[in-house]
Amino acid sequence: MVKLTINDIPCKVKEGTTILEAAKTVGIFIPTLCYLKDINEIGACRVCVVEVDGAEKLVSACNTPVAEGMNVHSNTLKVREARRTNVELILSQHNGNCVTCSRSGNCALQTLANDLHIAPDIYPPNVPKMNWDLSFELIRDESKCIKCMRCIQICDKVQGLNIWNVANTGGRTTVAVSGLRNIRDTDCSLCGQCMTHCPVGALYARNDSIHDFSLGGPHANKDVIKIAQIAPAVRTSWGEPFGLSPEFATVKRLGAVLRRIGIDYVFDTTFSADLTIMEESAEVLHRLTDGKEHRYPMFTSCCPGWVRFIKSQYPDMVENLSTSKSPQAMFGAIAKTYFARKIGVEPERIHCVSIMPCVAKKAEIAIPSINDSGCDRDVDSVWSVREVDRLFRRECIDISQVPEEELDSPLGEGTGAGVIFGTTGGVMEAALRTAYFKLTGENPPMDTFKEIRTGKPWREAEFEIAGTTVRIAIVSGLGNARQLIRALRRDQVHYDFVEVMACPGGCVGGGGQPIHEGEEWAERRTKVLRHLDAKSQIRYSHENPEVQKLYTDYLGEPMSGLAEKLLHTDHFAWEMPLSMNLDHDVKVN
Amino acid sequence: MNRLNLMTSSKAQTVVDSFYKVLEQRIAASPLGFCPVDVSSAFVKFCLAQSCGKCTPCRIGLAQLYTLMESVMDGKADESVLPLMERTARTIVSTSDCAIGREAGRMVLVGLRGFRDDYLEHIHNKRCLCHLTQPVPCVAGCPAHVDIPGYIALVANHRYADAVRLIRKDNPFPTACALICEHPCETNCRRNMVDDNIKIRSLKRVACDKAGVVPVPECGPSTGKNIAIIGGGPSGLTAAYFLQLMGHQTTIFEQRSKLGGMLLYGIPSYRLPRERLQSDIDAILSTGVEVKLRTSVRKKLPPVSVENEEFLGSCEEDRIENTVLFSALREEYDAIYISIGAHTDNKLRIPGEDAVGVLSAVEMLRAVGNGLKPDFAGKNVIVVGGGNVAMDCVRSAIRLGAEHVMCVYRRRKDDMTAQLDEIDGAINEGASLMDLYAPKSIEVDENGHVSALIATKMMAGPYDRGRPKPVPSGDGDRRIPCDILVVAAGQKIESDYLEAVGVPTKWGSIVAEDWTQVPGMPGVFSGGDCVTGPSTVIRAIAAGKVAAANIDDYLGFSHPISVDVDVPLPQLEPMPPTGRAMTKEREPYDRKKDFCLMELPMSDPEAEQESHRCLRCDYYGFGIFKGGRETQW
Repeated sequence: MVKLTINDIPCKVKEGTTILEAAKTVGIFIPTLCYLKDINEIGACRVCVVEVDGAEKLVSACNTPVAEGMNVHSNTLKVREARRTNVELILSQHNGNCVTCSRSGNCALQTLANDLHIAPDIYPPNVPKMNWDLSFELIRDESKCIKCMRCIQICDKVQGLNIWNVANTGGRTTVAVSGLRNIRDTDCSLCGQCMTHCPVGALYARNDSIHDFSLGGPHANKDVIKIAQIAPAVRTSWGEPFGLSPEFATVKRLGAVLRRIGIDYVFDTTFSADLTIMEESAEVLHRLTDGKEHRYPMFTSCCPGWVRFIKSQYPDMVENLSTSKSPQAMFGAIAKTYFARKIGVEPERIHCVSIMPCVAKKAEIAIPSINDSGCDRDVDSVWSVREVDRLFRRECIDISQVPEEELDSPLGEGTGAGVIFGTTGGVMEAALRTAYFKLTGENPPMDTFKEIRTGKPWREAEFEIAGTTVRIAIVSGLGNARQLIRALRRDQVHYDFVEVMACPGGCVGGGGQPIHEGEEWAERRTKVLRHLDAKSQIRYSHENPEVQKLYTDYLGEPMSGLAEKLLHTDHFAWEMPLSMNLDHDVKVN
Repeated sequence: MNRLNLMTSSKAQTVVDSFYKVLEQRIAASPLGFCPVDVSSAFVKFCLAQSCGKCTPCRIGLAQLYTLMESVMDGKADESVLPLMERTARTIVSTSDCAIGREAGRMVLVGLRGFRDDYLEHIHNKRCLCHLTQPVPCVAGCPAHVDIPGYIALVANHRYADAVRLIRKDNPFPTACALICEHPCETNCRRNMVDDNIKIRSLKRVACDKAGVVPVPECGPSTGKNIAIIGGGPSGLTAAYFLQLMGHQTTIFEQRSKLGGMLLYGIPSYRLPRERLQSDIDAILSTGVEVKLRTSVRKKLPPVSVENEEFLGSCEEDRIENTVLFSALREEYDAIYISIGAHTDNKLRIPGEDAVGVLSAVEMLRAVGNGLKPDFAGKNVIVVGGGNVAMDCVRSAIRLGAEHVMCVYRRRKDDMTAQLDEIDGAINEGASLMDLYAPKSIEVDENGHVSALIATKMMAGPYDRGRPKPVPSGDGDRRIPCDILVVAAGQKIESDYLEAVGVPTKWGSIVAEDWTQVPGMPGVFSGGDCVTGPSTVIRAIAAGKVAAANIDDYLGFSHPISVDVDVPLPQLEPMPPTGRAMTKEREPYDRKKDFCLMELPMSDPEAEQESHRCLRCDYYGFGIFKGGRETQW
């Protein structure tokens, strides 16, 4: 333990603790801006500077470890002047047009400048211009960027894709797409982690609801039937920006609000998650029992960020992806065939929207070969949770006054198994529940797969089901996924079935989720999903009555001809730019 | 109004003068990777500040050039800016009345040609081609990327053995480099901005002197792969060391009787004592390297010259005993690393060069390296050349008892490629330097023995490729009597026998890619002097490291090389400007009598102060962001 004083308050902390962390233990708040715990402790903004007795200059509290006998002063005249000046300098190169910024009210710089009582325009403004392809799913606004470097660090250290890098030198140093590439030509997975970790409004997802509500858009046309699907993880988080608890901000209340903004039918992606399980478990059982030696496991394919990753990093392993479409895509295909027929309308009249915690889903619906309903697109538009929340604000809806409403039928019912799709390990557990039933003829006890619900981001287990050994692994975060793949390629590990989610923690930590500065909310959202599963009446995908009805009335059985046409896809039918830094053992055709 | 006043300098001028000094030091500390357009724009701005303002092209032209360059940098210019800049700069060069404008304009023209791609990237894509790749200046400057701030911090904490282990992660020759490395790491040291660069090499010596014997890491499990290494110099030994650690079995084929290459046969022991070199080699061999000495891969052995045995003594030891065919190595081994160095000499190509008593520097230093101690007692010796090898010959000749040693060089002392310390050291030991004398012929006596060098007096003429070309001064020739004449006019690579078996060569050098692969020969790699031509030991070591990594990859592995040494965090102590440590040598009268190490170590207080001067660029600045340290490769 190290003893020191901070603002004359004695303090005792573990060796290696930073001044910033030590100050927190005695209730002293040191403002930060670029700092992101464990990810970006580089002292770039120089806002967290403090005075240390005996040190020549001010030191950055975020990355300076405490030392025995240190006397720290976090709020002296010298510190206040330096902190204020540095924030004013940052503001001189920041497009401070907060009134129209999507991060207004949720911006680290705005809060900081306001807290520090910064006067406007002390320095002549010198704001760089935005220069970006606005049709891409990921948008970077140079005029807002404060060069905190968090995006580079998240992409490098957590996701391992190195899409961003420092560009230019000297006073024009900035962040740009690495390797002098255009973002469209990169192997960006569109996980969106750079957006959710940006302290300001410099990185955000393309807003697609604007078009949907524009003149000439579907919401301006009474003949268009507007349907929406709500992804599992959305029900954990959509109320956060309004300060609503997940117990209040339920999927049923979200459905009711969506109806108020003009959605005709509100459905649930947990329905198609159950459908995914029917197809995917059939696939994995086929693979387990085909008597062939498979060097690599079958990988889940429900996460489009992960699909983009494997196609760009390990193209020689794409054949191991499950051919099952993601729940979002399955929903679109069923909505514009089975459902359209059911309500007796031409599928072209249906406008299908997904509410997703995700950015990559925006790109998934634009893959030409994903569309099988015969319309232009099976899913027409993807709105992120942040986008939906902004939409509700625009529509002036007082959510606290909206009562819950049941979702619509027949695509509105999902099981607990479908619900846990939104968290890491959930797809695997849902698939195992159904595989167990198919192998043994009975449902597994609920605790059978309990051990895979928690643990490290990369975890593995082995289950013996009716004489068949199933070796599984679960991984979330693309950096972790790469470690797993490398271990597979070096024959250090062997699995039959692997679940991969691109975002740390799964969709609950998705790149389309609400942003909480400096905090990770994936874990607490996971608890919501687990709770919803636990209290579900039905917890096995194969018991979903509406899914059963879909098979009886329309599809036949899993992997039938029609199921293959509508619910499976060819991952080789579209191109993804390759990584600049392919592992040397990767074979490219 | 007085008729005349004495010149005094104003307070402002004194401050500005100190700025110039700081600017010079800042320029010295410029790391690699900065935008050339940005840097030239800043340069033009500075030149403009120097303008007296009389002439249009300098006063307005430079100002407009600056504006145009800034518009390029701001992404506001189109391609038409380049011809306009060219026309403006041309006019500044051709019409400025004095050098202030003229030379600034010339610099801009050179830039427009030299980095046009950078201009175009800014114009077309509004971005820059360059960015910093290695954030720590000293590590960037070291070809082997040794973790310099890391080992300096360890020396500051008196953890000498850990310092040696950390150095060995990238360079298995800590001791040899501590004594004789040309320390490119010191050039861009950021401490230049405060006072003076860190004496990095000497701090490495502190670590090596105080660490004692430090065992090497354990080798990885055997891979069953065998690698042949041709040439046991620094590059081959480095490759062998790392490949052994990765679990491969290496065999070094060395044609001479000892390992070490130019470290032994080129560098005299007063700079690198044999036992110190041997300690590095012993550590490398302790990883299990197999060594076949006096074994050559050439089919036919070169003829042995006997004329100079009189001066150099005969070295039976160096007779090659075995030969191995390259084709046999290719069959028997999974990979081959060619690191044969550059061990033959260039000739002066003047009459009389084949006289008895005319020695090549390589021959002479090899004899010294073999411990033969040739007898130069009472002889007048001339060494022709201006590089470090020439200085080694001069100083060795003094130690061999020569009556008088003269270094003859056709350019100026300032143009000599030898390090200034070496030149001054030689002069202090009593050598004479005759610069601006070009050898014309060698006078031979009736016995076929050299008796004098005839040299033409030169002067520094017009510039050619960045330095003045020597031209006859009109003072005629001079006869310089001598008994022995040593030619140190550079080395060549003996590669003909490899060329004959299909190894590609260019001007005698072996052709290899940046990653040491020999094109068209899978599994064959090459590096060091035999690829680059005569160069520094640290570049040879770096080539060995690069080769080890790529051979490992080629064999289908990716064994990481790392070390479990934690580097201490920097202290928050004040860093006032402090003088740089000096290297001291034994007094000339004493050191010139023997071949014992002449450089003295740092004192403890000196090492303490010097190690604490390090600014820790691994931790502060860009280092903490982009990783001040590569913990494995």
